[in-house]
Amino acid sequence: MTEIFWLIPFIPAASTLILAVFGKKLPKKYVSFQACLAVFASFVISAISAVGLLQTAHGNYPLVKNLFSWIQAGSFQVNLSLMFDPLSAVMALVVSGVGFIIHVYSIGYMADDEGYTRYFTYLNLFTFSMLILVMASNLILMFVGWEGVGLCSYLLIGFWFEKHSAANAGKKAFIVNRIGDTGFLLGILFIFIHIGSGEFTAINEAISGGAISVGLATLIAILLFVGATGKSAQIPLYVWLPDAMEGPTPVSALIHAATMVTAGVYMVCRMNLLYTLSETAAQVVALVGAITAVYAATMALTQNDIKRVLAYSTISQIGYMFIGCGVGAYAAGMFHLYTHAFFKSLLFLAAGSVMHALSGEINMKKMGGLRKYLPLTYPTFLIGAIAIAGVPFFSGFFSKDAILTRAFAQGQYSAFYYFIWGLGIMGAVLTALYMFRLIFLTFHGEERLDPEVKKHIHESPKIMTIPLVILAFFSVGAGYIGLPVVLGEKLNFFGKFLEPVIKEVQEVHLSIQTEWMLIAIAAVVAFLGIFIAYVFYIRSPLIPRNLATRFPTIYKLMFNKYYVDEIYNAVFVKPTIKGSEIIYDNFDLKVIDGAVNGAATATGFAGKILSYFQSGLIKDYALIFLLGVIIFLAYLLF
Amino acid sequence: MGYFLFFLLAALTVGAVLGMIISKNQAYNAIFLILAFACMGGLFALLEAPFIAVVQIIIYAGAIMVLFIFVVMMINVRSGIPAEKKKWIIYLSPVLAVVLIIELILSIKGAFTLPVSTAIIKAGPTDLGRLLFTKYLYHFEITSILIIAALVGAIVLIKKKEKE
Amino acid sequence: MIPPNYFLILSVVLFVLGAIAFFIKRDLITMFMSIEIMLNAANLAFITFARSANSPDGQIIVFFIITVAAAEAAVGLAIILLIFRQKKTIKSEDMKLMKG
Repeated sequence: MTEIFWLIPFIPAASTLILAVFGKKLPKKYVSFQACLAVFASFVISAISAVGLLQTAHGNYPLVKNLFSWIQAGSFQVNLSLMFDPLSAVMALVVSGVGFIIHVYSIGYMADDEGYTRYFTYLNLFTFSMLILVMASNLILMFVGWEGVGLCSYLLIGFWFEKHSAANAGKKAFIVNRIGDTGFLLGILFIFIHIGSGEFTAINEAISGGAISVGLATLIAILLFVGATGKSAQIPLYVWLPDAMEGPTPVSALIHAATMVTAGVYMVCRMNLLYTLSETAAQVVALVGAITAVYAATMALTQNDIKRVLAYSTISQIGYMFIGCGVGAYAAGMFHLYTHAFFKSLLFLAAGSVMHALSGEINMKKMGGLRKYLPLTYPTFLIGAIAIAGVPFFSGFFSKDAILTRAFAQGQYSAFYYFIWGLGIMGAVLTALYMFRLIFLTFHGEERLDPEVKKHIHESPKIMTIPLVILAFFSVGAGYIGLPVVLGEKLNFFGKFLEPVIKEVQEVHLSIQTEWMLIAIAAVVAFLGIFIAYVFYIRSPLIPRNLATRFPTIYKLMFNKYYVDEIYNAVFVKPTIKGSEIIYDNFDLKVIDGAVNGAATATGFAGKILSYFQSGLIKDYALIFLLGVIIFLAYLLF
Repeated sequence: MGYFLFFLLAALTVGAVLGMIISKNQAYNAIFLILAFACMGGLFALLEAPFIAVVQIIIYAGAIMVLFIFVVMMINVRSGIPAEKKKWIIYLSPVLAVVLIIELILSIKGAFTLPVSTAIIKAGPTDLGRLLFTKYLYHFEITSILIIAALVGAIVLIKKKEKE
Repeated sequence: MIPPNYFLILSVVLFVLGAIAFFIKRDLITMFMSIEIMLNAANLAFITFARSANSPDGQIIVFFIITVAAAEAAVGLAIILLIFRQKKTIKSEDMKLMKG
């Protein structure tokens, strides 16, 4: 039954082709129907294959299907082959499942848009690329999917391309991605040089067989991680994600919350043997993740655009996932990826619902007290916020706790990990804080709505709210398949599922009391954040303003995103543009155009000279003929 | 005897051609050419090709040159054509001539040492006729088609103008 | 028996003379005549080789050459006549339509 897993990416691919070729002529209702159906079919097949995996003996992992021998150049061989193992299964289910829900939501959200067909074509193309990425059995094919999702990200961010800011945001995303890809490609290059193959099975064998030295592993791991920082928006290549909010909200939900940005995490987990081997690289990953988590959370605190808050939140949460990978808890990192997909996409879609209700308003300063008007959006939004804050019994709590517990446990070996844990806790407080700031500003308190907007306020149609409800349900319940180890090994279904893929690093044990204490700290931290938000924004709304006036520099730094965009602009962008202009003027125009024009002029000139010979008189022709004969004979004779 | 004839005929031929080159009157040129062709016919006879010799005189000197004279008379240029204006051609030509002669002779040097058979070849009309109709049949037929084409072409070319 | 060398040399001389005549002369008819000279020179060469190789094939070839030359002369003269009718001149310098 698992044999059909290779169909998973190709059904959306077929749908993309049909929509791309015939889309203009098909009725709108059919377009969305086909798009959603394709993703749903992928989901069904993923589910069936995943169930089949549960029944397969562990020794048969992973299932590989070689479809096509793509490149064969001597010893360099790359095949188009897909594989299915627990890790791919998790990602495929998340991509197709959450993807399907978002497709359905888009039917309502994009109903009035002119580019309806184009939108669904791009979405399907994205689904196909992402599925290729997670199901590829070798690094090169994964890179193909990697680039494919980058392309779709560009297309979808700049979907409303007539808007300058949207087009620029799309460009920025693609270019920053590409910078990360350089590192990624270098990593792939080194792997090919030393291992000779990009297939994951071959790589894992080589690593466990000791063919790679620790130094080399560190180098490769860090290079690959550079690519991951680009794709997953970590320091220093995160700058594209906030701008990417120019795209339609469902796009932000799908690509920039649930799936594409998590590709980096997937990649690190897929290469987990490498990161286990090189402790330095793993520490780098954890450190970058932790710093990003806190750093992004501070920026989320001051934003007024509702979607930007969520964007920084995403950057921060992905930082958590990398912490998980960096401290050796790959399964925990994946677990957080999985739960995050649900509540983050829920938050984005709910935000979209709010914007829809307010006719496109995104500034939280112009919202407030909306909970009376949006009876379905408000509770679902709230559930998402609670989940992300890490309140116990909701999904976010279980995944965050797994990561932080592991980080603390690693502290036995080195104080570095305590530092990571500390950053993680700080981030958790900030997470709860900014999230509930958002809730209170938007839904509670006094109404600061525009009177025009207030007239047209309405709850979103069912096709948008039902997905919200479904996602809310998962935001609560999805965590229960990965209960903390302290309650019993057997209850960690998620970890057990991933075991064949993730060779867990040394088992670290903490005493039961420590584990319960950590759980308690996590819960307290979450409530602390909510409480602070309550105080700042409901009870005494003047406090934030006072803080801002008392520490103006800090506030300015945070509000302006630490001026990173401006710094990058001055250091990288402007010189590159200036350099290109100089090269254009001197080389492009003068040398290349000069050569081409020169060739044309020379030809014309030669032609002019030669035309003197064509006098039209036979005699002259005959003379030349004769001269030619003489010369030729002379040549032959002598 | 043979040598004397040869040199006589050869000198006459070359002289006639030279005369044709020097003279500026087309009618004189034509007459010179007739003389040249007649001498050629003699040369052919010397080379034991009696039939061809006669054919040369009848057709070349007799028919073709008469055509030429007809045309010369029809065109009837009153004032002679002045000499070549560009002097450099006049000085270049002898040089070119000498160069070309030398080159060509050098090219066919190899033929000078070919063995010459002394047998009398059969080249009378009967023999040639037999060859024509057996070995060279296709050539013969095609040439006749060519002649018809030339005939028709010449008539068509001339006739067109008159119709209008 | 006259050695064929002499005839060959004569043939070469005649051919070159005909070629030179082609350049020097400025009226079409004489140019045409020089072409005939060149053909004849070739004929002489053929006959010479026919004799030295003891094969009548060379003479057959000459036969054909004469025939074709006749046909060509006919058509060529017709064309010259037409040109004269058009341009009222037979100076070859005036036939410059293909200039450039």
